[in-house]
Amino acid sequence: MEDKIVTQGLNAYFGDVHAIKGVDIGIPKNAITAIIGPSGCGKSTLIRCMNRMHEVVRGARVEGKVMLDGKDIYAPGTDAVMVRTKVGMVFQKPNPFPTMSIYDNAVAGLRLTGVKDWKVLDSTVEKSLKLAALWDEVKHNLDASGVSISGGQQQRLCIARALAVEPEVLLLDEPCSALDPIATAKIEDLLFDLKDRYTIVIVTHNMQQAARVADHTAFMYMGELIEFGVTKRIFENPEKELTEKYITGRFG
Amino acid sequence: MNRHAYRRLKDKVASGLALACVVAGLVPLAYILAEVVRIGAPAIDWEFLTSRTKGTGEPGEGIGNAILGSLLLVGYASLIGLPVGLLTGVYVSEYGNNRFGTTVRFFNDVLANFPSIVIGLLAYALVVDLLNVGFSLIAGSFALAIIMIPIVANTTEEALRLVPNSLREGALALGVPRWKTVLKVMLANARAGVVTGSLLSIARIAGETAPLLLTAFYSNYWSASPTEPIASLPLTIFRNYNSPSDVLLQQAWGAALVLILMVLTLNMGVRLFMMKRKRKTKAVKKTWKTRLSLRA
Amino acid sequence: MAARRPNSLFSMGRKDKLFELSVMSVAGLTLALVWLLVAKMILDAQQSISEFGIGFVTGGAWDPNRDVYGALPFIFGTLVTSTIALLIGVPVSIGIAVYLSELAPPWIREPLSFVVELLAAVPSVIYGLWAMYALRPVMVDSIEPVFVALFGWTPLFDGQPVGLDKFVAGVILAIMIIPTVASVSKEAMRAVPDSQREAALSLGATRSETTRMAVLSYARSGIFGASILGLGRAVGETMAVTMTVGNANLISWSLLDPGQTMASLIANNWGEAQGLQLSALIEIGVVLFIVALIVNVLARLVIGRFMKAVPTTGGGI
Repeated sequence: MEDKIVTQGLNAYFGDVHAIKGVDIGIPKNAITAIIGPSGCGKSTLIRCMNRMHEVVRGARVEGKVMLDGKDIYAPGTDAVMVRTKVGMVFQKPNPFPTMSIYDNAVAGLRLTGVKDWKVLDSTVEKSLKLAALWDEVKHNLDASGVSISGGQQQRLCIARALAVEPEVLLLDEPCSALDPIATAKIEDLLFDLKDRYTIVIVTHNMQQAARVADHTAFMYMGELIEFGVTKRIFENPEKELTEKYITGRFG
Repeated sequence: MNRHAYRRLKDKVASGLALACVVAGLVPLAYILAEVVRIGAPAIDWEFLTSRTKGTGEPGEGIGNAILGSLLLVGYASLIGLPVGLLTGVYVSEYGNNRFGTTVRFFNDVLANFPSIVIGLLAYALVVDLLNVGFSLIAGSFALAIIMIPIVANTTEEALRLVPNSLREGALALGVPRWKTVLKVMLANARAGVVTGSLLSIARIAGETAPLLLTAFYSNYWSASPTEPIASLPLTIFRNYNSPSDVLLQQAWGAALVLILMVLTLNMGVRLFMMKRKRKTKAVKKTWKTRLSLRA
Repeated sequence: MAARRPNSLFSMGRKDKLFELSVMSVAGLTLALVWLLVAKMILDAQQSISEFGIGFVTGGAWDPNRDVYGALPFIFGTLVTSTIALLIGVPVSIGIAVYLSELAPPWIREPLSFVVELLAAVPSVIYGLWAMYALRPVMVDSIEPVFVALFGWTPLFDGQPVGLDKFVAGVILAIMIIPTVASVSKEAMRAVPDSQREAALSLGATRSETTRMAVLSYARSGIFGASILGLGRAVGETMAVTMTVGNANLISWSLLDPGQTMASLIANNWGEAQGLQLSALIEIGVVLFIVALIVNVLARLVIGRFMKAVPTTGGGI
């Protein structure tokens, strides 16, 4: 099976700060890939390069190629807006729109594409909330404000919102770090269900989570990709010394 | 046009509209300044600045008494307004964490944006009417002081709030009594903010017209008596603005130029001072968790 | 000799208590004084209040010859001019705020904000002077004829453009409320967390869609409060309105007809008024006071923490 996203010579900068140094990585299709590493190693920056969110920060820039299904998303003339509908993102702290209801949050992205037919919207809301394992908990009160639900539910709402625009890839930036273990478990479970239809990349500072959830794991350190491979092998038989040090907890 | 191209077009139009609003807001400003300079400048000469108004339109009139009047009005007003405003601001900031302090802060916020003609009525009620002083310099100054106080109080409170708490706690921990801490430590450090706030409040009352209309009225003479009516720059403009006499109209524009120069100089000066301070004290932030630019 | 150490960190020496008391009394003094003066002002209006009762507010005639006074034409005039000011001024202010908050490159933000605030530094009487000689010809020659052509069949634009009317007064008011509404709205928008913008962008929203979805909705109560504050400014504005509204004490639906606001009535008639007329004029002041109080208190309640953003550049009202 070929890779969904392939980066070639990816370098990312915040002004003069060189955050991603020559990363070549291939994200396999319909699988969960975890990116681990100590704080500041560039894992969030790496996935933000995959949906062209990195350049949104003032002074930030990207060099190199990021191929989505063989086409470079940074090719001149490519519209970032289109890229982001194909590659969705969920953030560390749940960020539903507080002035919108759960229903409106879920279809916020869909409405942007001009869909007005309430039948389509209704079915999309139900479908995405079911995918995000939130439907049963909120279906009786879809008009409640998007922030009136618990943190774990808000994060699942954000996942539903991202899924409603039918992306091909879902990027998650430490999605569970603000949540309790039960909410975390719920999200990890739903990721398993999602990977058949989506390519998933999850950044996590929690190695156990990577071991539980991911098919493949990448280890990054100070902007460089140190090692990448099948999760089992990375954790049981790391090739690089740095990887072994991190896994065994000798730093970061 | 497909949906996506349509959205891109909408985006460009929206950005253009926002920029157009900025232009729409700035054009009047530029236009006003240009007109005041264009029409008012020819009137200005030494004689103009030192003669008194006569109101007849004969040559030899000037706005000297109006300039003096404005200076006196603002001066007297500041004598009351600055200290009272300062102390009120000190109270609200240092001792005001209770219901009384909140009430004071609330009303200062409300009063600061209040119609000045109503303030003029209040001053009239007290000084012109009750105290039976009549239209006078002191009535006008009183009205201006009332306008000044909430502004100075607010800016002082703001300036004090920016002084780091550690300074206050450090001084108190060393045994410095509270009142000394406030005066010598807090106020000293808030000095810049207090001064700029005071200067801005002065600029504000220098341009006030309506309250003066009801209290200080006008005078064609070189007066400095507190109990007599007095001329002022804003009222010079008002009494002449639709005069059929070209000379008097010119007088209005000349007065406008002098007034706007005073106000703008104060504002620019304060702003430049604030910018220089900001540059000195701003810590170099090399963290890049900065604002999104939405350039995408 | 042992150093004198206080018992607690905040021990209240006698001087401390005295200081606190003095500052407190100064702060309370202004408050008390203002309310006392309000009472005195109401007292001064007593003659008119007892003469006309509640009918003052509904009375449509202001006639010094017959000594009959009513506030309705001026409440109407204030309402109409303020509404025009809001209808024009608020959208422009929001546009400016969006530009300053979301679109402008960082190096231009500070200076441009400063220039917008300078609009508030121009004294109201100079706005009036400019309106008389620069704005008025433009309105009469170019703008009002367009409205007459398009809407002349409605009662709103019935008549001929002369230039001293409620429309012109409304326009100059709109310009004057821009710095306030724009600055406070801008602060409300800057307060929207970036995570909201990121959420919208990651869904594939364009910049303007992001602004609409994530920023404007989130900041809408702040923008609403800013508009209320602008309304307060418009209601109390005296000089520029006095110089443009046409000084006619009547109710007319056409925007092209002259009118009178509460503030401009007082400004126009103060010098000569006496007796019952003076009392009636002061009663108008009382009505204006009440209206301004309600509006400004409402604004403060809605946008308390953004009040500091109101430009203190001077200029006067």
